Amino acid sequence: MQGCQSVLAAWPGGRPVCLVQGSGLSHAASLRVPGSNPALPSGRGAQYPGKVGLYPRSSLPPLSGMPVAWLEKTMWTLGLEVYKQPFSHTLPFPDETRERYMVKGTNVYGILRAPRAASTESLVLSAPCSEGQHNNQAVGLMLALASYFRGQIYWAKDIIFLVNEHDLIGTEAWLEAYHDVNITGEAGSSSPFPARPAASLQPSDVVLLFKVALGGRRLGPGLGMRDLAALCLCLTQLQRSDWATLPTYLHSLQTLLLMVLKQGSGRPQGDHGLFLRYHIEAITVRGINSFRQHKYDMGTVGKTLEGMFRKLNNLLERLHQSYFFYLLPSLSRFVSIGIYMPAFGFLILVLVLKISCWERGLSLCPPLALWFGWNRHIPAGGGAGWGGAGWGAPSYSSPPRFLYAVLLVLVTPAATLLLGIFLYQELMEYPISVLEGWQRFLQAIAEGLLDHYLYGSIVFPFIAIFVYPCWLLLWNVLFWK
Amino acid sequence: MAGASVPLGLLLLGGGRAESPRDALREELLLSPLPSGDLAATFQFRTRWDSELQREGVSHYGLFPKALGQLISKYSVRELHLSLTQGFWRTRSWGQPYLQAPAGAELWVWFQNSVTDVDKAWKDLSNILSGIFCASLNFIDSTNTVTPTASFKPLGLANVTNHHLLIYAVLPREVVCTENLTPWKKLLPCGSKAGLAVLLKAERLFYSSYHSQAVHIRPICRDASCLSISWELRQTLTVVLDIFSIGQGKKDWSLFKMFSRTLTEACPLASESKVYVDISSKDQENELLEVIPPPLSTHEAAVQGERKTYAVYDLLNPALFNVSRSLNVQLKWKRPQDGSHLSMPVLHAQRYVSGYGLQTGEISTLIYNSHLYRAFPILLLETVPWYLRLYVHTLTIITKGKENKPSYIHFQPAQDRRRPHLLEMLIQLPANSVTKITIQFERALLKWTEYTPDPNHGFYVSPSVLSALVPSVLAMKAVDAEQSPLFTSLFPSSDGTSYFVRLYTEPLLVNLPTPDFSMPYNVICLTCTVVAVCYGSFYNLLTRTFHVEEPSRGHLAKRLANIIRKLRGVPLL
Repeated sequence: MQGCQSVLAAWPGGRPVCLVQGSGLSHAASLRVPGSNPALPSGRGAQYPGKVGLYPRSSLPPLSGMPVAWLEKTMWTLGLEVYKQPFSHTLPFPDETRERYMVKGTNVYGILRAPRAASTESLVLSAPCSEGQHNNQAVGLMLALASYFRGQIYWAKDIIFLVNEHDLIGTEAWLEAYHDVNITGEAGSSSPFPARPAASLQPSDVVLLFKVALGGRRLGPGLGMRDLAALCLCLTQLQRSDWATLPTYLHSLQTLLLMVLKQGSGRPQGDHGLFLRYHIEAITVRGINSFRQHKYDMGTVGKTLEGMFRKLNNLLERLHQSYFFYLLPSLSRFVSIGIYMPAFGFLILVLVLKISCWERGLSLCPPLALWFGWNRHIPAGGGAGWGGAGWGAPSYSSPPRFLYAVLLVLVTPAATLLLGIFLYQELMEYPISVLEGWQRFLQAIAEGLLDHYLYGSIVFPFIAIFVYPCWLLLWNVLFWK
Repeated sequence: MAGASVPLGLLLLGGGRAESPRDALREELLLSPLPSGDLAATFQFRTRWDSELQREGVSHYGLFPKALGQLISKYSVRELHLSLTQGFWRTRSWGQPYLQAPAGAELWVWFQNSVTDVDKAWKDLSNILSGIFCASLNFIDSTNTVTPTASFKPLGLANVTNHHLLIYAVLPREVVCTENLTPWKKLLPCGSKAGLAVLLKAERLFYSSYHSQAVHIRPICRDASCLSISWELRQTLTVVLDIFSIGQGKKDWSLFKMFSRTLTEACPLASESKVYVDISSKDQENELLEVIPPPLSTHEAAVQGERKTYAVYDLLNPALFNVSRSLNVQLKWKRPQDGSHLSMPVLHAQRYVSGYGLQTGEISTLIYNSHLYRAFPILLLETVPWYLRLYVHTLTIITKGKENKPSYIHFQPAQDRRRPHLLEMLIQLPANSVTKITIQFERALLKWTEYTPDPNHGFYVSPSVLSALVPSVLAMKAVDAEQSPLFTSLFPSSDGTSYFVRLYTEPLLVNLPTPDFSMPYNVICLTCTVVAVCYGSFYNLLTRTFHVEEPSRGHLAKRLANIIRKLRGVPLL
């Protein structure tokens, strides 16, 4: 899934330095990083992202945790203002998937000050750096970009290069310290900023996080941001261009369903989800390293990011008037709410009609009856009037009870979640066994709780307080003797 | 020179400089490497005119620009300070500035006692200055003008204490570019033709991290006895050049590399023309840097609490041009600096907006006193536009975990669409401390015509101003202002133990709740459609008369009959 398994290194100053050691999986082959990448406009040959190269793994010393001192020194030599922010956070219960309970970490960030600007606006490029080989290449690419950006004169907004530890927790701590607020309620979780980046990250800013794929509705960026990414990706030919074939159609459908599932889960799929609260448009870019045809290389990702930064740098206003609540079948197409809502509307219409036809004609819901019953016979004051109908037993013959029961059990939040997990794995082309599915199910519940605790995600309380009681009520209505 | 010869010289030569020092020009360039490795270049041009400008009838102008002189006499200005700045002086990494200015445009003026309607004079003055300097100073109105009570004292000779004669305004959004530089250069007696001003090449000056140009006009003592006054016009220009990006990572620089020009002569009208290079190094025993050509003299002074050594190049000294015809000052570092430990400036500050959402927010100011053992007071001036409604009861000042009571507070609340908030405080900063000042505000909803064309960019809040007398580690000798270099002599130093510092914090960019401006268009479209469809059909239904048409028989026969009747000329059926 993650494309960043193997190690990278590449240092513009000449001496290649390893960031974090990686005993990578089998993905090194897909990172065909060319030694010379021709197209990037650059004044200085040594300092552009195309030069990010692969470093032989065997010669790297094993490291653990985030190399804070090294990062600070490197950023300093690049000519950035460097600060670090230690944070600590105690989880309510041990997180077994990531093996953490009392989280202690450090965020390191370097600020590239825009010349002739008063630090009123800024862009953030963030790369999570965790223990192990996870996402090392992103950090390396980020540093290479920082080095290239430092030599340019055209920046109108400050650029903050943030390396955060313990990915989402680190980001949340950084954001809270940045905005000088304490949302998660953890005393001392966000120590005061050693040096705030000078009032810079106004809510008008845009953040690029270098990790994950395109998000959407609740926790995703507005379409303006995604458009930009798509434009840059198109310019760099990172995506396929054949449209009209059946496999492409199926692929789009798969992407769409995946997106629906991800959005429905309500979890932040990347760091960008956390920026939404602060009204900062964010996007996470992730190289997908699968066994498909379309691979990426670091040079292309670097060019894409540079293009996005230069476009964002030219923005005079915050991204606004962008579409929200959209679905993405592919990178360059979207389904707006105006298109998919009628479908939902018809689904609901069936229910409405059902209800209104339930009690001897249409007397249950006079407005609906008026609307739908133009050329029907409306019983004038016949039967039970409006409000007097109650939820009595339907008078027509109903399907067998146990069918209802099965249906109701299937729509319990728990069963939906379980089915959702299987569907998700199927769509990811990574099917799992029943036992694994059960484990993931338990994991998902634990993570839902944790998300609620850590980032204030509302899905868990929504299900526990609203959806589940509703389900119980429905059960009672149907099976009350 | 005898006083009697002055009118004689006037009569004979019409203000010739040979006989009487009626006006004099000094030009000066200070090059100082900054702790971060950047380079600050400060140009100062001082025109001094021994004349009573305020008296009527001054019509002959020599070096002093006539446009400004007439302005001063017409509006009875006592002091005028205008600065136009692009960028922000980063005190934390660049150290204490000689002359800081807030981002954007800043204008503050002291009027004479004789001015009765200060507001009108201020309005006219800002409009005229707007024309002279091609800046948007005409946007200065009552919503961004304040009258500070304590922060801005007259810099020149003055005995005014009535602060109602002072007016202060900042436009934080002003963008400074060549169209502001050109009129500024035209005020120089030599223009940009000769002297130090040849280095003022716009394309190099704006390839920088910070650009600030200013005009200061003030009355000064004519001589030591101070019986009569002279007028002083100081034009200053500060640029910070990013040596890292110019020099491809090396920190060596030369005049030619920075300005793509070299110096060949002084301005012929100048009585003094000098280039100062700051060569003081932190550790005395080993010299880290080398200047080429070797300076003919050096100047030592205690500036801003530090002992500094300057290499001096006097352009009026012919010995300087003996070796080569042009002067290209170069600086080379003998070995790479280890700049990872920056020395903190004694006083610095930062300001930011905290919180999220579009309803409320909080303005926080952090003020650092890194002096190890001396506490000192500072004056803080905040000007906040009316559309951020400050809640004064939420004002908290916390130093080292304890509340810090200001010894003086002046608060003038805003009036909607008429006047901004003004908050002035005198706060004591304990030694080696950080003071956090927070105040909460609520964002107002503007009328829809009051939004700027780019409302989603945000609205600017002007920088707050910190004025302080910072205690000095060194004892500074009181020196004669006429003899010392220009960069040390703008702010009057009270005594030898402290020096005056004025700092500006960052401007803030605040988002206000912004409506969707395409909404009116949508509403108009929708309303028109609804009206057209409903009204049209109703009107149609109401006004149309219906009648029952009888089925007519014999259609064809009737028509035939009518044709025949028409031919016959009898009335139709």
